[in-house]
Amino acid sequence: MPSLRSNNSPKASRLPQRPLDLAAARQGNQTEAGRHFWRSLEQLAAEANASNLLSNEPSHSSASESGVSRRDLLRLMGASAAFAGLTACTKLPREKIVPYVNAPEDLVPGQPLFYATAMTLGGYATGLLVESHMGRPTKVEGNPDHPASLGATDLFAQASVLTLYDPDRSKVVIYDGRIGAWSSFLTAMTSARAAQAASRGVGLRILTPTVTSPTLADQLQRLLAQYPEARWHQYEPCGRDNAREGARLAFGEYVNTIYRFDRAAVVLSLDADFLCQGPGSVRYARDFADRRAVTGPQSEMNRLYVVECALSSTGVVADHRLPVRAGEVVQIAQDVASRLGVKLGEGRSESSNASRWIQALVRDLQQHRGSSLVLAGEQQPPLVHALAHAMNHVLGNVGSTVIYTYPVEAHPVNQLQSLKELVADIQSGRVEMIVILGGNPVYDAPVDLNFGQTLLKVPLRVHLGLYEDETAELCHWHVPQAHYLESWSDARAYDGTISIIQPLISPLYEGKTAHELLAVLMGQEGATPHDIVHDYWKERTRSENFDATWETWLNNGFIPNSALPAKAVTLQAGFAARLQVSPPQAGGGSEELEIVFRPDPTVWDGSFANNGWLQEVPKPITKLTWDNAALISIATAERLGVTNQDVVRLTWRGRQVQAPVWIMPGHADGSVTVHLGYGRRRAGSLGTGLGFNAYLLRPSDQLWSGLGLQVEKTGESYLLANTQSQFIINAHGRHEELESIVAARRDLVRVATLAEFRKNPNFALDPPEQTTRAPSLYPNFQYEGYSWGMLIDLNRCVGCNACVVACQAENNVAVVGKDQVSRGRIMHWIRIDTYFDGDVSQPLAHNQPLLCMQCENAPCEEVCPVGATVHSPEGLNEMIYNRCVGTRYCSNNCPYKVRRFNFYLYSDWTTASFFGLRNPDVTVRSRGVMEKCTYCVQRINRVKIQAEEQNRTIRDGEILTACQQACPSQAIVFGNINDPGSRVAQLKALSRNYGLLTDLNTRPRTTYLARVRNPNPEIET
Amino acid sequence: MAQIFHPSTNTISRVSIYGAVFIIALGGYVAYRVNQASYFTDINEARQQPVPFSHKHHAAELGIDCRYCHTSVETSSFAGIPPTHTCMSCHSQIWVKSEMLEPVRESYATDKSIEWVRVNAVPDFVYFDHSIHVNKGIGCTTCHGPIGEMPITWRAHTLYMRWCIDCHKHPERYVRRREDVFKASYAPPSDQLALGRKLVKEYHIKSPREITDCYTCHR
Repeated sequence: MPSLRSNNSPKASRLPQRPLDLAAARQGNQTEAGRHFWRSLEQLAAEANASNLLSNEPSHSSASESGVSRRDLLRLMGASAAFAGLTACTKLPREKIVPYVNAPEDLVPGQPLFYATAMTLGGYATGLLVESHMGRPTKVEGNPDHPASLGATDLFAQASVLTLYDPDRSKVVIYDGRIGAWSSFLTAMTSARAAQAASRGVGLRILTPTVTSPTLADQLQRLLAQYPEARWHQYEPCGRDNAREGARLAFGEYVNTIYRFDRAAVVLSLDADFLCQGPGSVRYARDFADRRAVTGPQSEMNRLYVVECALSSTGVVADHRLPVRAGEVVQIAQDVASRLGVKLGEGRSESSNASRWIQALVRDLQQHRGSSLVLAGEQQPPLVHALAHAMNHVLGNVGSTVIYTYPVEAHPVNQLQSLKELVADIQSGRVEMIVILGGNPVYDAPVDLNFGQTLLKVPLRVHLGLYEDETAELCHWHVPQAHYLESWSDARAYDGTISIIQPLISPLYEGKTAHELLAVLMGQEGATPHDIVHDYWKERTRSENFDATWETWLNNGFIPNSALPAKAVTLQAGFAARLQVSPPQAGGGSEELEIVFRPDPTVWDGSFANNGWLQEVPKPITKLTWDNAALISIATAERLGVTNQDVVRLTWRGRQVQAPVWIMPGHADGSVTVHLGYGRRRAGSLGTGLGFNAYLLRPSDQLWSGLGLQVEKTGESYLLANTQSQFIINAHGRHEELESIVAARRDLVRVATLAEFRKNPNFALDPPEQTTRAPSLYPNFQYEGYSWGMLIDLNRCVGCNACVVACQAENNVAVVGKDQVSRGRIMHWIRIDTYFDGDVSQPLAHNQPLLCMQCENAPCEEVCPVGATVHSPEGLNEMIYNRCVGTRYCSNNCPYKVRRFNFYLYSDWTTASFFGLRNPDVTVRSRGVMEKCTYCVQRINRVKIQAEEQNRTIRDGEILTACQQACPSQAIVFGNINDPGSRVAQLKALSRNYGLLTDLNTRPRTTYLARVRNPNPEIET
Repeated sequence: MAQIFHPSTNTISRVSIYGAVFIIALGGYVAYRVNQASYFTDINEARQQPVPFSHKHHAAELGIDCRYCHTSVETSSFAGIPPTHTCMSCHSQIWVKSEMLEPVRESYATDKSIEWVRVNAVPDFVYFDHSIHVNKGIGCTTCHGPIGEMPITWRAHTLYMRWCIDCHKHPERYVRRREDVFKASYAPPSDQLALGRKLVKEYHIKSPREITDCYTCHR
């Protein structure tokens, strides 16, 4: 049984770690008069106990951690002060300049080039443009022309460039745990091939993740033609089996479903986190947000109902959210379906006592025939998917908001079944050779299949993978896989659009693609991946001038008009009878606890475990970093007598793991959500040993949830590095000096319902005495040229974290590790604050991305003793690293808590492979320096220089900040506020526009558009 | 009781107290001079290069335009160091047997770069951009010195911030006509200030307040 390493060493002095008092938390919420936004349960408890909040500057107590006494410190300070002055006198180091021998044609030194390619996740592609500096890919952007991206990306694509340079990636061919060689691998394969050829491949098995690549599928088909008895299996731990089987249940065949949120006025999500997870989520977020752009009282909005267990990013955005246990979603689906007129099987009559919620939902859906949309989550059983299909049929949504096409996958199968067949074949000794092309089944296969032990029975095992992971360990041969930025391949997007994946760089190590390995198995040893992909398409296209076509595809990033056409489907005749199949756990209402498995929002199925950016980005809502936890509701926590960071033993169906508890406001009662992807044994130096392995509880017959979980307190506690209680902005006016400010409106999050907004479009405005009161002895500075400003639309933000990782990649922001995060020293320049509002068990939640406000009257500038932070004539609040001496006064004086200090040398200055990763246009900060958001001044300057050289002004939209460019829902807008025609100026003129803490007269340049919710008046008035 | 201190101590202490002012000032002056010395600034110190390339010969005597080799100077932050191919475009025809040019031929034959020693450099936290300077009428020799007189290249100016700021505050003292930017031997006209003021307007050179802003060069 795996046990958690306790990180609570006695001398650690982290943030105050008072145990959370749940009763006090409930009380803290009740005592507040009026609307009250809160960040964490700890905050509520602290308020109830009338103790002060965490100090505004939680991060800066560093004295005792290293065990240095005050005297030693003074002694060291004396010495360092003496030496500090000398550092300015160093000679510049001698450098070499190494030019090309023959320069590549398009390359201009100092200017980046962008190449179109695509990244796959779970097999599905998102089109990308990747920035390359002198041949080094440094930053990933979305491809504006690609239908799955529209210029934006998710956080996985943003972080993928770090994986490319990860020093822990597997670098050489491994044979039997020792360094091997590609040539000896080829020799071994030659003899293996001969043996298989003799038996028509009867003992050969290929295991791949989901394949949408036409070329790879073609290769596999040809391989199977060459070895007719061989088998191809597919397995993805967080795959789409349920969606596939749901489609087959409803239509008798596998079909792909595309949702058109741009046409949907009412959306019902049955446990689907469609805004942040799954194929097409980037596009869906955009389409969905576009229907929430409220400009004035006449604007219409879509309405989102979410039924789910744990609070997801989509749940935060929802207008109505019903927290239910994961296994009860099916009942809700049946209830709604039958009320909508879907004929269910016998014995399943409409439940008479359905809640007002369901009745109102059903009426709302019925009033929006053809413009409503029902979708089911990937983790819900096939029945829920089938019901969603049926509901869309009944509502007349097919063809308008729901489009069906042929499957995107090259060879759709029930992957669990596929894996089970493979395991059965191995058990019966039929398998002589297995080739695992990517994936890590030893770690992530269902636990009852015992894949690791089973695999050992195969006489010859070959693994292709990015890391020497758990599966590589058990294979004879491990071949390092080429990263997608090093590979030629192709893949389809959520709508079938085919992208050619082209490499940005030659493989850094001995990386090979799956195409090359398959070619080797077919005896085509010299075939390069470029030729394999190129020749496949050349053969397909039969165009006279194929090479020109090919160049166009590479340039555009996708093959035009390759999206799959709509397909007519008919609901199965025996559909009603099939629906009688009730899930085993439909009992509901029982006292038994439910366990729910979900892919992790940042490390997914575990394949991103060694990516520091993804480990450190605070997970949506929980704001946990570097760990997973058992997520429960406050009521369940009270029932179990546990609180945050208590370690519990989860026992389910005879298997156990230990996990720390984290209470999630809004989680369904009676349910425990665990995220997969942690507890890796061989992830690399970062990812190994983090968190607990939820796969160890996950059986093949209940992949996503099940009842009967036992939770036992172990009495231990485990530190979770959580940022939700850090960087709290003091908005409550509790401090005495703030109480003296009359009528100051300090709501950080401003929110109204659509009805309230129509009644009072100015609900978000500050009181007039607050806006007119601008005490200053000096006249305001006149900005004559550009005047940069930003606007963040809270109505659009889905809290997906793409901006956070994009900023990290663009600005060389360092990773600090769990220990430093728990001390409040996370370095992100942009963070997404989550505020809760209302009842602790079922609160509303709001996202608020927060970055430097670039205050006009910046409090930080006034206190810097060395002028390291000053104001620019274009309104930027500048941070000059080479002037900074690290007093941290600025950070103390910042009311928004957006400045970050390098307490240690956080940037990695020694690992050579990371040198290529860095953005050469941004300084890599050293120890003892303050840093913060610059509005991506390197991008401003680049465009400004171009415009100056062309003797013109900068056009609106020409400069995109990194966060803005990555944002799937276009929540962030940046531009020149001096130009009344610019988008940012126009949006700032809306009545929903407001600034944070404007009573301090900081005059922030980053402002927000208040959130407008669109609740159904029948449910909430 | 005997006196602990000899009477001369008074003098010593007086001298050292008043002298301290001068000693500290002298120390500061020495430190400043050391910092400005060519040992630190590398000014006028010709660097040994793998090939003793002469700007004097190529740029001034032969009149080859700067941009023939430094191709990206008008479009990029980096002016560009010519690939070996550029050298060979002439030297495959002339001086083909020259011993001095052996590293060039070897580089071309073996596809291994020539490793030049950098002469002009600013620290990594300074983001200098060639293209904007050239486009706004700042000549090569303004920063790189009399390059047409350098048989082996040396650094002509400190490239310290104070030196940069001098021009950013008074661009009219240095700016020249765009057609003169790439002249390897250029002497400013006697009416530089009048010409400079005119060009500052004509080329839309931003005000000193704007171009001495920190983010102009640091980020």
